[in-house]
Amino acid sequence: MTAAQRIGTEPSKLTRGIILGVVGIVFAIPIIAMVQFTFRDGLGGGLTLDHWTGLFSEEAARTYRGLFQAIGNSAVLAIVTVGIVLVVLLPTMILVHLQFPKLKRVLEFICIIPITVPAIVLVVGLAPVYSVVVKIFGSGAWTLAFAYGITVLPYAYRAIQANLDAIPVVTLSEAARSLGAGWITVLRTVLLPNLRRGVLAASFISVAVVLGEFTIASLLNRVNLQTALLQVSQSDPYVAVIFAFLALVLVFVLLLIIGRVGSSGRNRNQS
Amino acid sequence: MTSSIPIATTIASSLSAEGATVELIGVVKDYGSHRALNAIDLKIQPGEFIALLGPSGCGKTTALRALSGLETVNGGRILIDGVDVAAVPTNKRDIGMVFQSYSLFPHMTSLENVEFGLRMRKVAAGERRSRALEALEMVGLGAFAERFAHQLSGGQQQRVALARALVTRPRVLLLDEPLSALDAKVRVSLRDEIRRIQTELGITTVFVTHDQEEALAVADRVAVMKDGIIEQIGTPEELYTTPATPFVADFVGLSNRVSAQLSGGTVLVHGTKLDLLGDGQPDGPVTAYIRPEDIAIEGKGIPATVVASSFLGSLRRTQVVLDDGSLLSIQHDVDTRPQPGDAVFLRLKGSPVSAVPR
Repeated sequence: MTAAQRIGTEPSKLTRGIILGVVGIVFAIPIIAMVQFTFRDGLGGGLTLDHWTGLFSEEAARTYRGLFQAIGNSAVLAIVTVGIVLVVLLPTMILVHLQFPKLKRVLEFICIIPITVPAIVLVVGLAPVYSVVVKIFGSGAWTLAFAYGITVLPYAYRAIQANLDAIPVVTLSEAARSLGAGWITVLRTVLLPNLRRGVLAASFISVAVVLGEFTIASLLNRVNLQTALLQVSQSDPYVAVIFAFLALVLVFVLLLIIGRVGSSGRNRNQS
Repeated sequence: MTSSIPIATTIASSLSAEGATVELIGVVKDYGSHRALNAIDLKIQPGEFIALLGPSGCGKTTALRALSGLETVNGGRILIDGVDVAAVPTNKRDIGMVFQSYSLFPHMTSLENVEFGLRMRKVAAGERRSRALEALEMVGLGAFAERFAHQLSGGQQQRVALARALVTRPRVLLLDEPLSALDAKVRVSLRDEIRRIQTELGITTVFVTHDQEEALAVADRVAVMKDGIIEQIGTPEELYTTPATPFVADFVGLSNRVSAQLSGGTVLVHGTKLDLLGDGQPDGPVTAYIRPEDIAIEGKGIPATVVASSFLGSLRRTQVVLDDGSLLSIQHDVDTRPQPGDAVFLRLKGSPVSAVPR
């Protein structure tokens, strides 16, 4: 077997198993350590459920009011950010795809830029912008979604673009229009059902990015899940780790749903 | 308003001819500095099946898309039943269209696809379903109503697309190379079916193709296009027997290009005098276009040597080389079986020819 043939050969089941095992361990060890930490009974080394059950007590509701508020903020931020993706990015991408295909590269370049700019640099640029945002929209935590709408652009763009490239958008919309459909109907009844996978992926990835974001919120003095976790961890590291773990589980579930939706789409196309 | 689009009550009632008159008057379309349509004029009679034929980039698809409203035009008028629709958006033009690439909505079944146009016209659910089923039956796919596009072959998908385009009983049916993605056998069968259905329904139809055999086989009239203009429009027989220009002679059917001499309206080809199609050409050396079936293999005449011979079912096509090195294609009956290297003699049968100055 030549070197070229070896390169093109699919790895054996054993090799795949080893790779999967090593990668799985790298990811699993910190998560298992997190879970184990949440059951640890102080420095004594014993295990207890107190940290988990304590979350449901009335005292916890008072103590961690700030944390629960931050969870609410992050939920609102996730919703508004997804809204920005769906209301601004998605129609723009469809419009460019259908009417201005020459602008595709420009749009791609613009959408990829945020991934190349460190969050701290982004904040330096955003700070003066937010002084205007505050004057117009107030200083509510939800306004952070304008910044998050920018940070999620690379991920949301990729997810939607992959789906746009996979279906004959132009032909489908022309066919629908020749049958009497207006643009809104074309979008609602023909394009969106076929872009479901990309739209869901873009939305869930946006949620994941928002739930994990710390730098921008912290430097713009807003409270979200991550900034609150840092604050709580100063006084109760167990609770901070419990919520960090739950956020991870939520994101994992969202990614599973993306994978499931994606594979059902692939299976349908292959059948 | 989409509900203002006229609709047929049933497919069955649309069997009577009610096609629209379509006119393109001085239609111009520019893409930047490139003029894709150069003031074309075309009048299509109600119920007529017309084919736009030409090589890639000749403007045939642009003309069809201008007619559908998918392309705006830079000048000229587009009339459907005498009404200028140049400014009317596609979804209000009441046209049916079948595309070159498969265009069924992937998330809908065949039935839902066919129902789509009726849904846009707000037809009641019961009637919608019965008419869509009827349209599917018309294209022979009644049993495939619940199948999705990915469960259908290419030919079946185009049949469903045809049913979808026809179910609303459009005033004009536009077919943009609908057979080009199909294999040869399916292409011929669907081509004949399109013609049968069009004849039954009497819908004015414009069919774009680059395949001259396809155009000649199905159309009442064929418009041959080149560089954004219509070179000639006529029945398939007219185009074939009396091409107006050398381009048409060359593009429609097979033609041999032979060096000849024009003198007083007569073309002298290897000692044989042939009448010239058209007039107004100055005397002098010309290239004549001679059909393969206008040359016969005989016992005496122009000497030639057989290069190759192909069996084509009902006829045989033989390539020969003349003494001056020019290559000719000859069409003859299958019983004559020349072998490569055979010395043969050719006779020009005397049909009029097109010619262009050399």
